[in-house]
Amino acid sequence: MSKFNRRDFIKLTGSAAVAGMVVGFPQIVGAAGKKVVIVGGGIGGATAAKYIRMADSGVEVTLVEPNADYHTCFMSNEVLAGERSIDSIRFTYDGLKGHGVNVVKDTVTAIDPAARTVTTAGGQTLSYDRCIVAPGISLVYDSVPGYSAEVAETVPHAWKAGPQTVTLRKQLEAMPDGGTVVIVAPPNPFRCPPGPYERASLIAHYLKNNKPKSKVLILDPKDKFSKQGLFTAGWKKFYGYGTDNSMIEWISGAAGGKVESFDAGSMTLQGAVESFKGDVINIIPAQRAGTIAQTAGLTNDAGWCPVNPKTFESTVHAGIHVVGDASIASPMPKSGYAANSEAKVCAAAVVDLLNGREPGQPSYVNTCYSIVGKDHGISVAAVYRLGDDGKIASVEGAGGLTPGDASAEMLKREVTFAHSWFQNITHDTFG
Amino acid sequence: MGYKAISSLLLLGGLAFGATSQAADMPSGQMLGNTCAGCHGTNGSSMGPATPTIAGITPEYFVDTMTSYKNGERESTIMTRIAKGYTDEEIKAMANFFSDKPFLRQAQAHDAEKADFGRKLHKKYCEKCHEDGGLKADEGGILAGQWMTYLNYALDDFASERRETPKKMARQMEKLQADQGDAGVEALVHYYGSQK
Repeated sequence: MSKFNRRDFIKLTGSAAVAGMVVGFPQIVGAAGKKVVIVGGGIGGATAAKYIRMADSGVEVTLVEPNADYHTCFMSNEVLAGERSIDSIRFTYDGLKGHGVNVVKDTVTAIDPAARTVTTAGGQTLSYDRCIVAPGISLVYDSVPGYSAEVAETVPHAWKAGPQTVTLRKQLEAMPDGGTVVIVAPPNPFRCPPGPYERASLIAHYLKNNKPKSKVLILDPKDKFSKQGLFTAGWKKFYGYGTDNSMIEWISGAAGGKVESFDAGSMTLQGAVESFKGDVINIIPAQRAGTIAQTAGLTNDAGWCPVNPKTFESTVHAGIHVVGDASIASPMPKSGYAANSEAKVCAAAVVDLLNGREPGQPSYVNTCYSIVGKDHGISVAAVYRLGDDGKIASVEGAGGLTPGDASAEMLKREVTFAHSWFQNITHDTFG
Repeated sequence: MGYKAISSLLLLGGLAFGATSQAADMPSGQMLGNTCAGCHGTNGSSMGPATPTIAGITPEYFVDTMTSYKNGERESTIMTRIAKGYTDEEIKAMANFFSDKPFLRQAQAHDAEKADFGRKLHKKYCEKCHEDGGLKADEGGILAGQWMTYLNYALDDFASERRETPKKMARQMEKLQADQGDAGVEALVHYYGSQK
């Protein structure tokens, strides 16, 4: 916590509140007029904005986001498969405005934790009592030598949904039957651990129905991945996985799946053992916290933001909280549900702190669905609490994966629940 | 400025800032309930179509439901896994949180003719327990305006014994099936889905 002095206090709350307090009416000092600035309008930032306003409408919340709308990464694999439109994963900030959130379309370029101000590219300086940083991820392009932001315009990562999702979809549509789609999976930790494997599943689903001689090849630096048993069981059921005619092939790190370089001209990926050519290539590079988190000095050596998991306040800079993919909330994954859940814990803590209350005990949940094929959904869930050691801990005996022997009816329902989850989490975040 | 500074000022002023009073080591009902919203909607009112709205249901029904998931009496895809994450006290706190919230309804595509037939069947077979056209929640879930996909799942679970059917309900469902067949059950679902 920064030191309290009278000048800061006047700056933060206005002189009327101070005058009230001096003459002994401390009830004036609620959170009324307190300012929260939120950096980033993804799942974490938008949820925090809404839930602060729901809990205490006296708090002035300003959300700074460079884009006019947001495309969810979750369900973007269905866009790639042609199962839904890009517009169906697009959300505006009108809902947040309805909650009284001041939405500013601008890019934050600096955060001053001492002065408690946020500076934007547009030249604004916004003061805050508490700042919430939710910038998501930034892509470490040079983790695959030969790949870059420029190359990504034609060889998309599509790991931030939007224009690149559309580009990749068009390339899949244009690819002739018999082509090879290569997905380069990222090293840990990264946004949406099951995402690359759901992507492979849904692209295979599209190809099976439209270009059945084609293949999906996953090049992975890792030797295992999220929901691996459930994915491979689904791949066997739908795509001949493990046979000579499999539509999906996964090459682990141990088997030479780590990509050492990429040549965009010849569309060739050089692996540790052999090289691979693709007709459509999707490179998902290594990741770290969004750029502003690094500029503001909120990250550790690995590029992610350490936080107090009870409040999501940065352990580097007091008064700044970090939620979502950018934060270190292990064992919670970097998922949309986790970002939404973390943002609510953070919002409650921020409202408590602004009202002079000790933040209450947190509770967190993650639920993550993946669609493997027609009428075949799988999920992983976990309930978390704050352990006595001050760390987030998964509640023992709870959560876990879809059972390996789940019936066809239950797998079919999981697809419907995945779509219901999408309806609800997006409304809970932006609505 | 830190919260400690404000707290001490308030103490000096001799004011109790009454908001939170739950046990210090347990999350509040609101904190717990907010974690459900990603699937069940903000404050428990679902945007559908398969996750039910859980706002406005009685604490007893909420506790019964969560307990039956927790101890495996009721099957599900994911709730059996999630319910095990909470203590009985936490489940009660969540139950109180959701029972205070309004059950918000969304328009659902339904067949008006079937819904009208369902309304008559409801009166004959269901109204005794699910009063006011299924609006009341005394004996179980709120049916009026509940999501139709969820209702179909629930009925299927009762029929296939993935969920225990209360005795009175089992008798009524048998009568309905005998008199009207599957079309009768379908009409009921359209009736509940038609209510706004």
